[in-house]
Amino acid sequence: MRPLTLRRLLLQCLILVLILFVVVVVALKFGAVPVSLYALGRDLLHLLLGQSSQISTDYGLIIVNIRLPRILLAIIVGASLSVAGTSFQALLRNPLADPYVLGVSSGASVGAILALIATPFLSLSPALSALLTPLGAFLGAAATIAAVYFLGRRDGQIDSTTLLLGGVITGSFLSAIITFLMGTVTTGNTRGMVFWLMGNLSTSFQKSVYWFLGIGFLVAAGAIYTTASDLNLLLAGEKEAMHLGVDVPRVRLVVYIAASFLTGLAVSVSGSIGYVGLIVPHVMRLIFGSDHRTLLPTTALGGAIAVVFADTLARTVVAPNELAVGAVTAVVGAPLFIYLLRRRLA
Amino acid sequence: MSALSAHARHLAEAGRLANEIRLSVEQVSYAHSANPAQAPLFTLEATSFQARPGEIVAILGPNASGKSTLLKLISGALAPLSGRVLLNGFVTHSLTPRTRAQRIAVVQQESALLFPARAWEFVLQGRHAHGPSLRFESEDDVLIAKNALAQVGAAELSDRWMDQISGGEKQRVILARALAQQPLLLLLDEPTLHLDIAAQIGLLDALRRLAAENRYTVVVVTHELNLAAEYADQVVLMQRGRCLRVGPPSAIYQRELLEQVFQTPLTVDFGSNGRPRVTVLPGT
Repeated sequence: MRPLTLRRLLLQCLILVLILFVVVVVALKFGAVPVSLYALGRDLLHLLLGQSSQISTDYGLIIVNIRLPRILLAIIVGASLSVAGTSFQALLRNPLADPYVLGVSSGASVGAILALIATPFLSLSPALSALLTPLGAFLGAAATIAAVYFLGRRDGQIDSTTLLLGGVITGSFLSAIITFLMGTVTTGNTRGMVFWLMGNLSTSFQKSVYWFLGIGFLVAAGAIYTTASDLNLLLAGEKEAMHLGVDVPRVRLVVYIAASFLTGLAVSVSGSIGYVGLIVPHVMRLIFGSDHRTLLPTTALGGAIAVVFADTLARTVVAPNELAVGAVTAVVGAPLFIYLLRRRLA
Repeated sequence: MSALSAHARHLAEAGRLANEIRLSVEQVSYAHSANPAQAPLFTLEATSFQARPGEIVAILGPNASGKSTLLKLISGALAPLSGRVLLNGFVTHSLTPRTRAQRIAVVQQESALLFPARAWEFVLQGRHAHGPSLRFESEDDVLIAKNALAQVGAAELSDRWMDQISGGEKQRVILARALAQQPLLLLLDEPTLHLDIAAQIGLLDALRRLAAENRYTVVVVTHELNLAAEYADQVVLMQRGRCLRVGPPSAIYQRELLEQVFQTPLTVDFGSNGRPRVTVLPGT
């Protein structure tokens, strides 16, 4: 018997933090304009010491003003999508659940687009307007997962195949709505169709947005983490979890709201980046096992690593042009999804 | 220290209540309907019985007689239409899931796992209700889980994967998880369903020993007439949602009654230990 200890958990997280650090350095270095490691180190040191005035070179500006915010965004989006994926998998008892596959990302996109369209008509303060998009995305995500949940029920039980089919169909229906909205509405800054359908991380935001994202992620992921032990039992079925002492309705509600919020958060700033919530939890389960007390923090870090890495590829492989990061994740994720599906059906 | 004092309290309570009624099922009824406007699809008529610490009660009856429904009502998972189920004076349905899991352990027919787990991880799940909901298992928990595995003779299965052990072994590990809950009441829904005869006897021997040693009150749903006759202190005989009789096997096992309930000709004779034995007569 080797039950999980806090020490082992922290050690596992530390390893992933180190990998994340390496990936971030690589992501800072590579891009349309290459930067030497020396210049990178010097500029980062200045930044950390609060001596921004010392960073005067053009390279430094590229790093601080363009690449670093983008990497930060990639970290939060990757972590949010992965934690949301892990949560949906436990909640729906389906290892193939993922915000993108279930159409939840598309629902969040529709919510975000509607919020963007509505914003100019509502005379709100700038701060409230900025919150409207993530709020719309959250509501879109929450409504979609509720719809998919009911579509996936057969005889009062969630049927795995029906659930996935329901998700895929809902997703394609919502994508059609996105296309329709993009084709008919031209008011305001709605960011473009490819952004919402494939996702990218090239939008830059005000500093306060990064704070909002970071704190929002920590609160929602923290809320999910309080149910980590319960989720382990929920995997054995709701009845059994209840007999073992899990307050099933409460856990379901917390995880449902928080995971929808995380999806909305990610989608409102990066569009629909697919398969991250599928690939990362599976890889982490293979490495660290399926205990959610480990799985949730390691998938958060793993998701950050994966998306920073995928975005670096998206920026560099066809430089100076850019790919949508969602295309990179889909190229890896879709075949993996098919593999997992076939293994499950076998 | 706190675990020790809790244990002492537990023992004191057990001693005080040793000869008192622990489980009291009082005029419990239930109706299930798919649509409230229509007549119920299934009803359970008012049922009553009582059980003391260390007693094994078998709920016996053919398919669709209401055995499993009665078990769910006892466990508190279902709310009765009328009547109540008391465990040490508390209404089981009104307890929070956590408190209920500290007092009642339920062993179900099937226990599906979405992702693989080792036997010890599975048994540790039984400790979930004892302590804060997010936590790391303490040394006490590990000790209790190890003991539970040893008590069902499954210590050597500890490191095996749950999906790579036999049905009988799996059933023992599931029972160990229930023991790790340190319950007052142990409920089992057809625990012998997928087991061969040796594993059935092994499981029920273990149950009888555990009930005597740990003063559990055990309620088992089964349709195995002879196993119930051999192991139960009390039998609750059910048919089509009605409780026909409650009493010791020797009083319940009458040929006419059992033939009528199970719709098959049979004979009842008594073994050297005074327990009845049923022989089903095929083709007559």
